[in-house]
Order: sequence, then structure tokens, then C-alpha cells
Amino acid sequence: MIPTSLTPYLPLLISVIYTAGVVGFVFLFVLFANWWERKVSAHMQDRLGPMETGGWHGWAQALADAIKLLLKEDIIPAAADRKLFKLAPYVVFTGSLAGFAVIPFGAGLIGTDLNIGLFYVVAVSSMVVIGILMAGWASNNKWALYGAMRSAAQMVSYEIPVALSLLIPVIMTGSLSMQEIVAAQEGGFWHWFVFRSAPFSLIAFVIYFWASLAEVNRTPFDIPEADSELVAGYFTEYSGMRFAMFFLAEYGNMFIVSAIAATVFLGGWQPLLPALDFIPGPIWFVGKAMFLVFIQMWLRWTLPRLRVDQLMHVCWKIFMPFAFANLMLVGLWQVLVQ
Amino acid sequence: MNDYHDVDLPLGPALNAWEVQRTGATPSGETMILNMGPQHPATHGVLRLELETDGEAVVKIRPHIGYLHRSFEKICEKVSWPQIVPYADRMDYCAAMNSAFGYVLAAEKVLGIEVNDRVQTIRVITAELTRIASHLIALATNGLDIGAWTPLLLLFQHREHILDLLEEISGARLLYNYIWIGGLAHDITPGWTDKVLQFCDYFDPKIVELNELLSYNKIFVERMGNVGVMTPEIAVAYGVTGPNLRATGVKWDLRKNEPYSGYENYDFDVPIGTGEKGAPGDCWDRYIVRVREMAESLKIIRQAVKRLPEGDVKEKIPRNFNKVAVGEAYVRSEAPRGELGFYIVSDGTRNPYRVKARSGCFTVVSSLPAFTEGLLISDVVATVASIDIVLGEVDR
Repeated sequence: MIPTSLTPYLPLLISVIYTAGVVGFVFLFVLFANWWERKVSAHMQDRLGPMETGGWHGWAQALADAIKLLLKEDIIPAAADRKLFKLAPYVVFTGSLAGFAVIPFGAGLIGTDLNIGLFYVVAVSSMVVIGILMAGWASNNKWALYGAMRSAAQMVSYEIPVALSLLIPVIMTGSLSMQEIVAAQEGGFWHWFVFRSAPFSLIAFVIYFWASLAEVNRTPFDIPEADSELVAGYFTEYSGMRFAMFFLAEYGNMFIVSAIAATVFLGGWQPLLPALDFIPGPIWFVGKAMFLVFIQMWLRWTLPRLRVDQLMHVCWKIFMPFAFANLMLVGLWQVLVQ
Repeated sequence: MNDYHDVDLPLGPALNAWEVQRTGATPSGETMILNMGPQHPATHGVLRLELETDGEAVVKIRPHIGYLHRSFEKICEKVSWPQIVPYADRMDYCAAMNSAFGYVLAAEKVLGIEVNDRVQTIRVITAELTRIASHLIALATNGLDIGAWTPLLLLFQHREHILDLLEEISGARLLYNYIWIGGLAHDITPGWTDKVLQFCDYFDPKIVELNELLSYNKIFVERMGNVGVMTPEIAVAYGVTGPNLRATGVKWDLRKNEPYSGYENYDFDVPIGTGEKGAPGDCWDRYIVRVREMAESLKIIRQAVKRLPEGDVKEKIPRNFNKVAVGEAYVRSEAPRGELGFYIVSDGTRNPYRVKARSGCFTVVSSLPAFTEGLLISDVVATVASIDIVLGEVDR
């Protein structure tokens, strides 16, 4: 057993272990998602995808790529702002990783159940924009600057419909705490917010999902890193492990937005039916999030990309009015019911 | 018209592209030179576009060419008549058969050679197969530049079938050296025509599939429709030819207007752009004209296979080229990327005195500034993708 002299440090120890676990999960998820995305895209395109590395269906391909990136030369352009250039990937990655603190993986499995958990996630995810701007500016590359500017415009704009649609479950629960939002959806899928007080919450879910695609720069909103327009966008000049940090952040963000959608709209770690609660909560939670990640991949390999002005049009003229009207109607509904 | 023009982009009024296009002025007055290419994923090879940008809007566009110059015309003066065919293949490497076809037609006219009906028919079949393969690349990369990855892979899969067919008769998959002066390198293999017909049956539904997947996709239409509108006046003034010209609504196809190699024997239509999703001559029209041309090529192939006569494909190939006819000729043919013309002067020796090539890609690149200024960077990418250029043919 643990010696009594260590007892005061126990909470610290647990949080360190949990943090290490979450970071490990993020790395594992990114490795898996990378391989999975290749497989999904390959099968959609009538290909096989990686089949050799590691044996079974090329499962070690992502691992091999990670090692390759670690071993690559770290190139910093001569005219770059060296300090900013080095700092940017960490800011982006931190912004992505910080969100995991309040992701409720299970009944007790949450970094910290902040009473403003949802607000916290929306807030820290904005940090990514700063990192991207830093990267684009510091690279001293016109394409990177274009990518960063587009990215800033896009992510800041799309945070508004995201926040507005996330407010609807908050109104229905009366709390910003992630665990309380999950607890409010107990007892089978018809209690999930996505199906309750339809159609408002359903609209909110759809708006959230589409807007979150824009927030994580996925097709059809992958304008900041549009490979055929801006070469690679804000990380054009990055190579090796610094590039991998952006990559980690991008896939981490994919999981975070899916996890928030799962938490807020799809019942979090609650089982599909009450009878299925013998399956542990974390499995339900990760399963739901992965399903949404899969939909993100599906869309990416199906749809073309919007233009930058069309993107703004969709955000300000379609998502925003709908999200606002939705919010007001839900508010009215809650007042009438109670 | 779409109604995006009244959305001010968040980076300031300078970004309003339609304003720039209408007034021709620079709203902010501060422009930046942006080099797109020669190593850029969307410039289809080594085209360099010097863009003068005002935010996202492109105020001025200057194409720079010459990164793939291989002295084709000078080499032609140094090598013998039949040795030019592989060089001609390398002009438009996406449609090598048509490039060689154009040169051979001109050379045969200068040297006074008339080929038999079988040669003509096989040439038509191979040229039309290559046209489909070439259009497939054009459509695939067009989708890719808009951000649609999956059509690229699917269309390249169809193209593989064509390459297999051409490999069977010529031995090569990209640069065939199959159409020779006075005939063909080899006769077709037994049973090849059945495989061609099989391919036609395979490919018909695939065109429908492409339309469902990409052509009428809402986002794709939004990106392509009413963007980069080339008016018929611009097209004619700059000498733009081929699908790019037909997309503007001008019905001009050398296979119809000046039939060669027996094209007058086939029944096919010439699709033109109608402005279905915007204005005639926009990116979407240039795209859809190519899709429809593929169906017309299938028609021609089916008819050609049906009427394929017997004969010797090598009967008119000259024994030697040491002493040939003196003269000059300009012959143009309809390549997938527009009119491909060869002006050849012969002084009676074993190599031509002068060969001048006129390529469809070159004219369309030179016309770019006339109709793309004032667009957004993304629109320039869409436009460059839709005009379907091969830099090998631009630079030669």
C-alpha cells in the first residue's frame, strides 16, 4: 500500500497519473485516427490504403510515420521569426490538449469537473487561433500568412454559432458542468438532448457539428490549409516534429469537438439503452465520439471545399440566424414549460 | 448570380472581389506580389503565375512560362522525319497519341502520303481513347483543385483501362510512338476491338456516376459556376480553341468543321457551354463540356470499331526519308486541349527544315489575364484547373 507519509500528495499523484493517461490517450488516438483516416479514405476510393507496415492491414503505418517525423531535420527558414516560429506549435498543441481536462470519459473519469466546463472548452479552444496566427506570421511565407489569416477569420467567426448552439443544452440543464449535462441525459437515447425538445436541439446539434468542422479546419471548410490553393496553409514551412505537433493538435481537436458533441447532445458516457449499462461508460463515450470522427472523415473524402467568402456567408447568414432563433425559441419553450 | 457580393469579409473591404472586378480599381491601394508556382500544387506542372493580390482578391495576373522548355522545334530540325514522332508525343504527355497524330498529319501532307482507310480508322479509335483519358485527367485534377479527392482516384481508375488498351497495341502506357508517318507502328492485336467495345460499355455508366458524384455537387457548382467567365469575344480574340472555346458557346470543332482522317464518316455531336450553372464560358461549363465530349468520343469509337476495314497498316510507310518531297504545309487537328497545328517546311532532306507547333494550351494561358483579374485566389485556382493546360505543350 501507499505509505502514510505520501498521503497528502495522493491527489497530486492521481492527477499526474490521470494527465499522463489523457496525454497517452491523445497520442494513441492520433496514431489510430491517422491510420483510420487512411483506411477510410482508401476504401471510399476503391483502394486498400496501407497494407504492409506492421503486418495486419498496415496497423503500424502511423507509428512509422511518427518515428520518421521525429528523425527528420528541423528546418527553420532563415528569414523566420525564430522565437515565434518555435513557440507556435506548442501554443496550438496546448490549446488542443487543454480541452481534454474537462472531457468526461466516464462517471468519475474527468480531469476536473469545472462548474463552467463547457465555457472552459470553448475558451481554451480559441487559443489555437493565436498559435496558428503566430505560425503563419513567424514563417515569413506569404502562403502561410494567407492560411493563418483565413484560419483566424474562420475560427473566430465559427465560434459564435458553436457557442450559440452549445447554449441550448445548457439552458435545458441549467448547468455548464460537463458531468451535470451528462447526468441530465440519463435513461436511454430518447433522453439525449439531441432528441429531446426536438426540433430545436436537433437543429442545434446539426449547426454545432457543421460549425465545429469549420473550427477544426476539416473539409468542406479546410480553407486555411487548402492544399491545392495555399500549398499547406499556416504550417507550410514546418517540418519534422514541429509539423507533427500541428498534426497532433489537428487530430486532437477533431476528437475534442466530437467529444463535446457526444457529451452535450448524445448523452456522454450514458448507454444507448438503460439495459446496456453493463458496458462501461468510457467505451460508450469513446464510441460515440469516434462515430462523429468517422462522419468527419466521411465528409472530408466526399465533399469539395468552399471558397472563403462562401464560408463566411454560410457562417454569418445561415448558421448565425438559425442558431439565434433556435436559442430564443428554446428559451421561450423552457419558460412556458416551467 | 450568387449573392455573396454584399458580404464584407472580416479582413476589410479590400477583400471584396466583385467590387474589384466591377471597378477595376484597387480599394486599399496596397498590393502584394504572390508567386503561384512554378512549384505549386495547383498549377498543373510548372506554370508560374505572378499574382498581384489585394488581400484575397487578385488584381493582376501575369503568367510566366518556359520552365519546361525542351527545344522541341529546334530538335525537329536536327532529327529525321520519323524520329520526331516520339518528341511530338512528349509535347502533350497526357494525350500523346493526339500530339503525334497532329505531327503525322502535317508530315504526311508535306511528304504527299495518303494512308489507307484502316490506318485512318485505327488512328481515330486511338485518338478518341486518348481524348477520353486526357479529359479524365482534366476532370480529376479539376475536382482535386476544388478539394474533392475521391473523384481523382476513381477517374484514374477508368483511365487505367484505356492505358491497358493502348499498351496492348503500342507497348507503352504514356508515350506511345504508335502513329507513324504513313501508317502505324503495329497493327492492332486480335480481339482488341472487342476489348474496346467492352470498355465503352463499362465507361458509359461511369460518366453518369461522375455526374452524380462531382458535376452536380452543390459545393462544386457553387465553386465553378459563374467563376472565371471567358466570353466568346475573349476566346476568339486570343485564339482559344478546343473545349475551352466550345464552353463559351462557340461551336467550333475541327473534327466537324475541317474533317481529317475520316472524321466525316462518324455521327457525333459537338457539346457547347450553355451557361447552365452561371454564365456561358464559366469554369463549370468548361468542366461539363469535357464530360459530354467523353460521351461523344465513345460514340465515335463504337462507330469506328464497327466500320474498321481490312488492310495493311504499314503499306505506305516510306522505306527511307533521305530524299523526300519539297514543300510546306500547315495542318491542324483537334487535340483534347484545343487545336494542335504543325507548320512544316521540307527542303527535301532527311530532316524537316522547320517545324512550328501551335498549341491550344499556349493560347489559353496567354488569355488568362483577360478574364481572371479581379477574382479571388481560390477562383484563380479553379480557373487554372478548368482550362486544363499541360505545360509540356505550352513550352514544348
